[in-house]
Formats: sequence, C-alpha cells, structure tokens
Amino acid sequence: METHIPERISEFVNNGEFDCEMIYVESEHSAISAALGASATGVRSYTATASQGLALMHEILHVVSGMRLPVVMNVANRALSAPINIWNDHQDSMSARDTGWIQLYVESAQEALDTTIMAFRIAEDHKVMLPVMVCLDGFTLSHVYEPVDIPDQKSVDHFLPRFAPIFKLDTKKPVTMGPIGYPDSFMDFKKQQQDAFAEALQAIKKANAEFRSELGRSYGDGLVEPYLLEDAKYVFVGLGTICGTARVVIDRMRNEGKKVGMMKLKSFRPFPEDAIIAALKKADAVAVFDKAVSFGQKGPVFSEMESAFCNQARKPVIHSFIAGLGGRDITLGHIEDAFKKIIKERQPSVEWLL
Amino acid sequence: MINALPERELFAPGHSACAGCGAPIVARIVLKIGGPETIVCNATGCMEVFTTPHPRTSWKVPWIHAAFENAAAVASGVDRALKKLGTRDRTNLVILGGDGGTFDIGFGALSGMLERGHKATYVCYDNEAYMNTGIQRSGATPKYANTTTTPAGRSVHGKTEFTKQLPFIVAAHGAYTATANVAFPQDLADKLKKSFAFNGPSYIQVFSPCPTGWRHPTDQSIEIAKLAFKTNVYPLYEIENGILKINRKPTQATPIEEYLMRQGRFKHLTKEEIADLQQHVNADWERLLKLEESGLRIF
Repeated sequence: METHIPERISEFVNNGEFDCEMIYVESEHSAISAALGASATGVRSYTATASQGLALMHEILHVVSGMRLPVVMNVANRALSAPINIWNDHQDSMSARDTGWIQLYVESAQEALDTTIMAFRIAEDHKVMLPVMVCLDGFTLSHVYEPVDIPDQKSVDHFLPRFAPIFKLDTKKPVTMGPIGYPDSFMDFKKQQQDAFAEALQAIKKANAEFRSELGRSYGDGLVEPYLLEDAKYVFVGLGTICGTARVVIDRMRNEGKKVGMMKLKSFRPFPEDAIIAALKKADAVAVFDKAVSFGQKGPVFSEMESAFCNQARKPVIHSFIAGLGGRDITLGHIEDAFKKIIKERQPSVEWLL
Repeated sequence: MINALPERELFAPGHSACAGCGAPIVARIVLKIGGPETIVCNATGCMEVFTTPHPRTSWKVPWIHAAFENAAAVASGVDRALKKLGTRDRTNLVILGGDGGTFDIGFGALSGMLERGHKATYVCYDNEAYMNTGIQRSGATPKYANTTTTPAGRSVHGKTEFTKQLPFIVAAHGAYTATANVAFPQDLADKLKKSFAFNGPSYIQVFSPCPTGWRHPTDQSIEIAKLAFKTNVYPLYEIENGILKINRKPTQATPIEEYLMRQGRFKHLTKEEIADLQQHVNADWERLLKLEESGLRIF
C-alpha cells in the first residue's frame, strides 16, 4: 500500500478525529476486495496504493468497475518491477487504464486533495457509478510537503452529501450482486459501462465547476487545463507534476517571445477527445510527454493523441517524448529542448530522454 | 433429524447444480440456520455459477460474489460496513467457498480475515478438487485420487500428496473451527448456530460429495458421505476455545476400501496404495483421539 496516506489516516482515526473504519488487510488484493465489499454494503469506501500494489489489485479493479461500485482510490504513481525501482513514473496506472476506472491525474498536493473530494461526487453520480483513481506522482507529491488549504467540514459536506447507493446488501431488500453473465447478457453490461464513461465526461466538468463555485478552486474544465494556450503554436502535453516544470519553461520562453503553451491532461479515462481537439485547434506542433510505455507500441498518451486527431482535417504535428521512467529526472532543459525540437522539426518524431 | 431444522427455505429451488451435488444441501442448511438476516459472500466456483445465472438467482438473502480468492476479504469489508451502519449485531455474515477457493487460491485472504478477527462464518463446501473448472487437484484432494491434473497414469498413480490439514491451520488463528458432513445435517446446523453466536471468526468445513468429479452414481452421494464418516476418512470434530472435541464416533471403523471402491476416482488403487491410505487415516484418527483425551488447549 502507498504508505503515507494510510499512515496519516490511521493517525486521524486513532486520535478520534475521523469517524471511519480502517481495515488493515494482508495484501492490496484484499484491500481492494474489502473496499468492494464495504461499498456494496452501502458505505463510502476508499483505499490508496502504488506500483506493485496496484498491479496486485489488477484483477479486482475490473470487478469493482464491472459491479459499478463507486470506490475512490489514490494511486501514488511509481514504476513497476523489474528491475525493482521505487521511484515515480506512470507505468502502474497506465497498465490499469483498461480496467474500467476513471483516471484523473494531478499536479500538486492541493489538486490531489481537491480532486479526491471531487472524485466521490463523480463516482457516486447515479448516471456514472464508476470507480475513480486519483493519480498523484509518487515521491514528487506523495513524499514531499507543501502547504495545502483544507476546506472546512461544512463546505465539504455541502459539496459532497451523504452516499446514496442505488443498490446495497440489505437484508430488508435482498439483491444478488456479481452474478454470472452468460453471452446473452455480458456484452450489454459492458456497453452500459462504456456509456457511463460518456456520462462521466459531463460529471467531471460539473464537479469541477461546482467545486469552483462552492470552494473557490478549479482545474481547467476538469478534463484538460490550459496554460497560455490561447495563442500558442507549440504546445506541451503531459500529466501530473511534470506540468509544474513545464509552466516554468513556458514562462521563460514566453519572455523570449516564443508562442508556447501547455495542455495539462487531467482526465485520461474518460479520454476527453473533443476537449483536446478544441484546446489544440490553433496548435502547429505538440510535444507529448509520456512517463510510461506500451511496450512494442508507443507512449500511451501519445498513441491516443494521434488517434484523437487522425480524422481531423487540421491537425498539429505530434511528437512523442518518453521521459522520467523509474524516477529519472525531467529537467527544465529537457522541456525547453523539446519545445526547440518541435518548433524546428516538421515531421513527427519519437525520442527517449535517456 | 432433518425435521428438526427450521422449515423456512431461503435457498430457492430451480438452480442448475448437477444431480447428487452436495453444495446446495450446504447452502440450504446454512440459510435455514442463518435466517433472513444473513448476508452471503460467495467465492467463484460451482455454487456461484449454478445459483446466479443472470437474471435468475437462488438467493433470498443479500448475496455478493466478486472473485475466486477474495471472498473472505470482501466479507471483511461487509463486516466493517455493517458496523458503520449499525446493523452488525443483527446480521449473520456467511462466506461460502469451495475447497479450491479456500485451501489454495483464497488461503491468504482467509488467513487475513481470521487474523483480523472479523465476525463471520466461513463455510467451505469441500468436494476435494477444483470441480467447477474441470476436476483439477487442490490442496484438499486426497492422495492417489484421479483428477484431470493428477491422472492415474502408468508411472504416476494419481495425486502424490496427502490432504492439507486446513482445520488445524485455521484453528491456530483462534477461530471456532469445525468439520461437518452433508450426511449429518443436524450436526452441521448445531455448528452453524455455535458459529453465529461466536463473537469472532468461524470456519466450518463440510464434506460435500461431487458425483461428477468423484465418478459415483448420483443417488449415492449421501451414502458415500456416510461412509466417509464410518471409515474415519472425514471425522466430525470441532475446535472451540482451542480445545478439540470429536462430535461423533463410529462404533466400529469400516475398512477404507469400502469407501474408496464406490468412487471412480479411486478405482485404479493397488492393495499397497489402499493400505497406505488406511494407515494414514488410522494415524490421523489416533491423533484426534489423543488430542481429545488430553483436554489440552492446543491453540
């Protein structure tokens, strides 16, 4: 399990500051299974994990989403073995992208907190009923300290009313959950899951907008967050904390008169294709930074960016940068060099920042 | 004796278990004793498949299935959620799994649930192999049994290992532990009652014939289950507060051959192999008698 989050929650619980049942399970497989059981019984359920722990959960991630249980989980993104490595990249959650979970990536500790609160609203929306993974960069966010504004209980309670499940394990109204689906029904369940992701696009935007009006903060439209994008010809695309580094580079290059900007991808699942196409309508070239690889293919975000634009009449030249695997540093220089490359080169390229 | 069980049926007929299957007998008795205030967490296996072909169900109580190896972990979440909702005290929480899901693949989750002390009754219907996936050997499969992964071949004669002694491993966690047998419904009912009254984890392992996997006529399941008792192949005992008690003893043990020769899975056994099994059964039985006689708190 991701260590710092449950450690702090345990302190809150044991000091009587947080009215919650903690289950100290023997494995991540059982952690997600216990969260599944608790959610099905009708209580709000949460867990946190990272790296190998998420990989160990993999089987049950599919079951939670298939059973339409709105579990929320923080993933402190870290590399997957082998070689064993404890540092940050996105290989863990990218390898879980097809498990039917909503995936939201965050840039700061504040955004991690705010997005986790929003995640319950999104997950529990009766039109959605999907689990949400809030992905925050391991170490860069999970093991550093930065000031965070914690909204007061009353405001959060107003934003996030009591959990109202559609079905639950209740002896007064028995239901059968998790039956066998034969070929005559299985595919219909899967189509409903896919349709729920279309609803999730709206629910994410709505949660983000209402968070802004009630609690005063928001992150783009909840799906993508632009930075100096209005007139940008050359655009950085990334997920998570790397976007903070990109902001510094963009500020510097803007001072030099370069038309550079950023599109931070916050929602990876659902993949907000329309929002991305709209955000990049004026871009000439895009540098996509992936902290993961689909081995034998390309960077997962890059592939999906290509896919989003493949039928567009006007499309930017999309370049791929594989960077930061297993905690390798991504410096200001790397991002500046990437901008220089996409300004100069007219053909799409793939580069590993080794 | 079965007439002494509650009449109310919460396990509906019309399911698709094979004729002669022991598992639905287990489910039926569990719900007769558990009553309507019962929640069932089911591991993947025959029981889950034959009772819930969507949109039909045999369960008149809340029932959940998630995966093969995690029923005990799912139940851990249900237990704590009930506590949070304030309905824990009036609810009987049952976990149902086959021997594959219990002895082997679900062993870690079972141990975790027991160690954390969740108030739940784990009922393992033990048909001594992975029957749902096609009769593969499990940790509960007896030595020499012919399964699809331990075929009686020319050089290897069925399974080469004895059964894992799971009840003792479970009892070492401090759980109320018992064995039972579908041929003795009242004994199973008594043990279920004890487990529901126990303020902690319980484990009941029920001998449950599988005509399809064991290859015996479907009308002989109960007969064979009785023979498992009479031969001391499957003794009926419980470990309560760490003290072992044998609940019922055959007046005179029947030779094991009578039990073995009724089942296709043992048809290939040589005289030496039968003698090996007989010796093992005798040694286990002697050990149980001594443990009981000692009155020692073993765990």
